[in-house]
Amino acid sequence: MHRSLSIVSFLVENKPGVLFNVTNLFRRRGFNIESISVGPLDDPELARMTITVRADSRVLNQIVEQLDKMVDVIKVKRLDPIRTVAREMILVKLQTSDPMAREEALKNINSYHGLILDIDAESIIAEVTGETEMIDEFLKKVSPIGILEFSRTGVTALEKGRLRL
Amino acid sequence: MLRISGAEAFVKALKREEVDTVFGLPGGAILPICDALYDSDIRFILARHEQGAAHMADGYARASGRVGVCLATSGPGATNLVTGIATANIDSSPVVAFTGQVPIPMIGTDAFQEVDIIGVSASVTKYNIQVRRAADIPWAVKAAFYLASTGRKGAVLVDIPKDVQVSVEDMEFPEKVSFRGYRVQEEPDPRELDWASVLLSRAKRPMILAGGGVISSNASRELVALAEALMAPVATTLMGKGAVPKDHPLYVGGCGMHGTGEANTLLAEADVLLVVGARLSDRTTGLVKDFSPNAKVIHVDIDRSEIDKNVETVTRVVGDARLALVGILDRLRRIRLESSGDSEWVRRINELRELYVMPEAKGNPHMRAPEVIKALRRSLPRDAIVTTEVGQCQMWASLYFDSYAPRTFLTSGGLGTMGWGFPAAIGAKAARRDVPVVDIAGDGSFAMTENNLATSVEEELPVIVVILNNRMLGMVAQWQRLFYGRRYFGVELGKAPDFVKLAEAYGAVGARPESLEELEREVRRAIEVDQTTVIDVPIDPEENVFPMVPPGKGLKEFIMGA
Repeated sequence: MHRSLSIVSFLVENKPGVLFNVTNLFRRRGFNIESISVGPLDDPELARMTITVRADSRVLNQIVEQLDKMVDVIKVKRLDPIRTVAREMILVKLQTSDPMAREEALKNINSYHGLILDIDAESIIAEVTGETEMIDEFLKKVSPIGILEFSRTGVTALEKGRLRL
Repeated sequence: MLRISGAEAFVKALKREEVDTVFGLPGGAILPICDALYDSDIRFILARHEQGAAHMADGYARASGRVGVCLATSGPGATNLVTGIATANIDSSPVVAFTGQVPIPMIGTDAFQEVDIIGVSASVTKYNIQVRRAADIPWAVKAAFYLASTGRKGAVLVDIPKDVQVSVEDMEFPEKVSFRGYRVQEEPDPRELDWASVLLSRAKRPMILAGGGVISSNASRELVALAEALMAPVATTLMGKGAVPKDHPLYVGGCGMHGTGEANTLLAEADVLLVVGARLSDRTTGLVKDFSPNAKVIHVDIDRSEIDKNVETVTRVVGDARLALVGILDRLRRIRLESSGDSEWVRRINELRELYVMPEAKGNPHMRAPEVIKALRRSLPRDAIVTTEVGQCQMWASLYFDSYAPRTFLTSGGLGTMGWGFPAAIGAKAARRDVPVVDIAGDGSFAMTENNLATSVEEELPVIVVILNNRMLGMVAQWQRLFYGRRYFGVELGKAPDFVKLAEAYGAVGARPESLEELEREVRRAIEVDQTTVIDVPIDPEENVFPMVPPGKGLKEFIMGA
């Protein structure tokens, strides 16, 4: 069966232990999390979580149902893949003590519409935002320059137009 | 508004839930609550190990349909409850467990008897709560009872730090609690009922599989009415036993790994299968692709995550089992049934029933387990409650003990917890003083929680334990005989203990009958004298439970003997 990458987005009670219970559910039932992102909403008692998973349709259905069953999960939706915008952000620190490397880094950051957050004699920290595949591609491009470290946020996503969670 | 301590508010909140009995064991971190209970009329049943307390609460809940309550201290008290909580939760039994906890400032310091019971119990409860303020206790108790007893019922744990029990605050007792993320759909969607009814009305060979949900929602009467309207045979899962009286002509017994030949065969032949309140576990379905392969499956369950989890369905009805059955019955009365009473199908039930009568074993000097169970049945009133331990004794009880009413056959189905039956029987007795309660036990299982003899005797909750004593961990031994070339490993229990002397040591009655007649006499006497009685029945150490579907096989491939 086809195991494509899917995005599940859900509202939860914004209180201690909920993130544990959600990840505990995924662990216990053997669902693999590819990425997870969480943030509070305008109502401070609520938070929105976005999880990307690789699963066939049967498992995906179980993930949605099992999440929905949790007392602290208020609303769950598998986002419609063709009507969803999804983004993640990466912070990357590049080795740029060599002027050639620095030039190459700046060129790449520019072409991926990145921002430069910090520069010193040895390194640059850049911020790049985009779809997961684009971030992967960017990392591949800059890896010959020398990546000192990086950190990705995981995917966050919204459905287009009238669609709501 | 009342200004009282957390512990006093706790007792008041229990009273508001009409709690009459609490099973437990005290300890340091729950002392303020014990002290508040001292002044109440709630009966406290002292277990000798917290696992027993949890099973007692579970037995109380299953026998009565009310929430069972257990209580323990922090640390080891709390972790000892865990097996009992898990057992109740997987079988959707409404149990609320209260644990003491070290004072809030000490949480996270690895203090004496500190265990993160919230983390530990997360996977085996429906919900858990750590109370952080005394003023939240009334809400937490109300919430725990509400969650445990609604929707798909289950176990809820409430952890109460000691300083929270002591703290005096203004208390408000809510009439209702709600959770934004917890909605129970009791009333089924009419369109789902329409679909289910149309499918059933067109069936040539309809069949019903009833699970524990039928008992939990008190839907036995409606289930029988539907079966009669459709002339459909009814099988039960282990948890559904008792939902249909054994002597009903459409009842074909349990299905699954140790189901009856007729139930497992009919499942393979049915063209429409209505599953009601069952989660279709591996023990029930056998190899999933061969489970009722010719049937369109309709699944009724209050927990929508169970539908299509293990078995693919054609249509679903999400909602309370009783309301769903009423809805389907109403519709069937309006639709003209196209195939009701298909005489061929009904004849098939009786044909198979006669075909799969177990052969008598000849020339064996031992009492045979099925005969022991039948003799026990003869000596009990129709409404007696039976609990079981786990293993061969449980499967023999499932196959050969005739149950006639819901809540009279109680067993650890999902978790298969050895040692469950005896404390659960004590809990059931606390709920139902009016009927005899019998634990059908094996020697291995009974030994796991036999210390509860003290509770049964001291608390005057007399139950009868009938031990099918093969001096073996019998089911494991059976698998080793059948699938591991008789290489016995870790299953031979030897002669210890002498269960008659053990019973006597606790002040209970012990007996070792040498014939079925003697067994019946002992059971009748135990009922009459109303004393805790252990009846030790020696059986053949190598007797097998049949029929059996070998692991990994389809239900139709059951074997009747080795």
